[in-house]
Amino acid sequence: MDTQIFDMGDIDIAWCSGCGNFPILEILKEALADLEIEPTNLVLVSGIGQAAKIPHYFKTNVFNGLHGRALPAATAIKAANPTLTVIAQSGDGDMYGEGGNHFIHTIRRNPNITNIVHNNMVYGLTKGQASPTSQIGFKTPVQINGVFLEPFNPIAVAIALDASFVARAFAGDVEQTKNVVKKAVTHKGYALVDIFQPCVSFNKLNTYQWFKEHTYYLKDHDFLDRHQAFEKATQSDRLALGVFYTSSEKATFEENIGIYQENDKSLYEREPDIEKLRNLIEKFKIML
Amino acid sequence: MDKNLSFQKKDDVSIVLCGRAGQGIQTVEHLLTRIFKLAGYNVFATKEFMSRIRGGMNSTEIRVSSGPVRASVGRIDILIALNKGAIQHVKTRICPGTIILAEKETIGEDFDRTKYKLVDVPFTKAASEIGNKIYSNVVAAGTVAGLFRIDLQIVSNFVKQYFSTKSEDVVKNNLASAKTGYELVENLQDFPAIEFNIDKAVDTEQQILLSGAEAVALGAIAGGCNFISAYPMSPSTAVLVFLAKHAKEFSIIAEQAEDEIAAINMAIGAWYAGARAMVTTSGGGFALMTEGLSLAGMLESPIVIHLAQRPGPATGLPTRTEQADLELALYAGHGEFPRIIFAPGALEDTFHLTQKAFNLADKYQIPVFILTDQYLVDSYYNIPGFDLSGIRVEKYIVKTSKGYERYILTENGISPRGIPGFGTGLVAVDSDEHNQAGHITEDLDLRTKMVDKRLSKLELLKGEIIPPEFVGPDDYKNLIVCWGSTYSIVDEAVKSLDRDDVAFLHFKQIYPLPNETTGYLQKAHKIMIVENNATSQFAKLIKLHTGIGIENKILKYNGLSFYVEELTERLNTLLN
Repeated sequence: MDTQIFDMGDIDIAWCSGCGNFPILEILKEALADLEIEPTNLVLVSGIGQAAKIPHYFKTNVFNGLHGRALPAATAIKAANPTLTVIAQSGDGDMYGEGGNHFIHTIRRNPNITNIVHNNMVYGLTKGQASPTSQIGFKTPVQINGVFLEPFNPIAVAIALDASFVARAFAGDVEQTKNVVKKAVTHKGYALVDIFQPCVSFNKLNTYQWFKEHTYYLKDHDFLDRHQAFEKATQSDRLALGVFYTSSEKATFEENIGIYQENDKSLYEREPDIEKLRNLIEKFKIML
Repeated sequence: MDKNLSFQKKDDVSIVLCGRAGQGIQTVEHLLTRIFKLAGYNVFATKEFMSRIRGGMNSTEIRVSSGPVRASVGRIDILIALNKGAIQHVKTRICPGTIILAEKETIGEDFDRTKYKLVDVPFTKAASEIGNKIYSNVVAAGTVAGLFRIDLQIVSNFVKQYFSTKSEDVVKNNLASAKTGYELVENLQDFPAIEFNIDKAVDTEQQILLSGAEAVALGAIAGGCNFISAYPMSPSTAVLVFLAKHAKEFSIIAEQAEDEIAAINMAIGAWYAGARAMVTTSGGGFALMTEGLSLAGMLESPIVIHLAQRPGPATGLPTRTEQADLELALYAGHGEFPRIIFAPGALEDTFHLTQKAFNLADKYQIPVFILTDQYLVDSYYNIPGFDLSGIRVEKYIVKTSKGYERYILTENGISPRGIPGFGTGLVAVDSDEHNQAGHITEDLDLRTKMVDKRLSKLELLKGEIIPPEFVGPDDYKNLIVCWGSTYSIVDEAVKSLDRDDVAFLHFKQIYPLPNETTGYLQKAHKIMIVENNATSQFAKLIKLHTGIGIENKILKYNGLSFYVEELTERLNTLLN
């Protein structure tokens, strides 16, 4: 499939020139085109922030909700209609800060969705404050003496929660990142792809060059080995890229909710059964 | 003590069970209400309880009557005091005629025969003889059944069925306990003969007995609800529990969210993908949902919100009742967007309005509230049933075609609502101000048009307003205004006033306010309002929309609903 199918045409994009969001947009289009996913069967769900604007630059179904709340909406969209491919995509502030609680519980719930997080270690849209993943010592107009909070480690948290699929990529490497995104989208169950992405306007520390120097690709890594994955995830001198972990066949949220086992119709295709309701109301004559 | 006693009303008896949490009061309540109904009596039950799992002091009121009975009374005719402190707990409700059934040993120092009409009933002793003192609650249930001379077969059959999933021993012991309790009435020498005369209704056996929470949940099913996401919070949880229990049967996704924020965002996501979703919560949880409510306003997403009120602020009194979140429901959510607020009183209205909420939410793409409270959701009584003949699940989803735009500007403000995956179009929705295609915009002319579009639905909603229910003579001089759960209490209080110049007006839709309001109010010489809150929130809303102020306020905000007698007395004071 040609990536043009997802093109919005002549639109005004709100990102800065050189922003890491641009390659991610292209990577996503290419990955989804390679996977032959039709725009009508795809829903991009996002929150708020610069990364969260990505659905507006993408010709498909879009749910651009509240700051931090993409995951609950994405979970419900997939549950209401499991035939849709659902991708929840936002930045590190949205997914790990404002939406941190949902991040944890969505992993536990394991809906069959992909969660792509643009991780630039800074708040861009609000002009340069620390994000949950900002490195210690990172100075901002608010954190004037440098960040002293332990950076949030989404990879380690996801592995600790036995997430179904956990990967990290770098926006500067289009081919490898596309590969990881394709694996994530085709993986059955919740799939996290944390994508390192430089912010050219507000993060002068974690630049393209910095990411190149501080990352490496996992080699001879057993992604079924949770302990090994956790060890790699907690390394802080050099940051690993690639698929850290996939858990063994886990039932998805849609499988667990129990209404699709005997009937695969999506909710909108089903009709309420008023006769059944009548029978249920009858039981209130006795109601043990 | 007299050997022959009679109650204040011979055809309407109020029984109160009082004891600690964990003593099985709920089991007694459950058994007795069902048994009374099966035996042909009209029955009403409500409870007040502390926010704890064990201990504390809880009470349940069961009213048994010849005619339909739907409201809470203050007086106690029969008190079953199950432990020390029980009498003290309800002492303000004990009147000269109250008969207290209690066990001397468990009641201890409370057992003052000079002060109270007490009958020493060996509930625990009898239970211990059967095998375990935990059966004392069922012994008590049997005693009450015996007092009413209910056919022992009805009692035994129900007890047997109720415990049927338990072991043989448990069934046997419970049956023996009920029978022993029943026979204590005959066997105990100092048991007074109690004179009452409750006619058995013809058909209560064929009627349904259910709570407000169950009426909400059944109404939701009737409305085509197939998705509920909620975070447990008293007193709203029973709706989630009920729908979870029947989820498979009715193809419902019932999910306990990590918090109320997730719950409402899930529900909105579900509507987006074609589900009919609701949330159930109470004030504190709803406070967390308000950003989500605003999202529904912006996305023009349908959503049904069951808001079961309890006293606030903050954690307040978790298990008590209040009507103090009217203004919260009315003004919650930043920005301006339309909404509907229903406030049912009777179980029938609770069912039908919840059903209707789903259709209206879908039709107008707006939030619709069902505003209840602890008193309403936890009270239950028998009713003939629900009329399902007019039930229609109206779906307003359209199949999209290429070039579909979710927010196309139309004459009446309603854009046909497509969903992803149904048709060849694309569906984009955005919490930012958006263009007709649903994409972010800062075109300020378009902004004005979009605000107007959203608000223009308020005009349409005027054609759908549920009028207030007027009860009383057309030439009334005094008008009592009420809303929500106080309906049946006001109804009974007004009847007991027995005056031909008093009427009452009950609002089951409080927003948008019905147009008839002004006319009803202007006709009255004197207007009184009854509200379970401290600042008379509904009177303020009426003033805002009609310009008519209501000076005579009957308010209660100690965490309990009104008792019929208390309300009657306060109305009488205002009327005379």
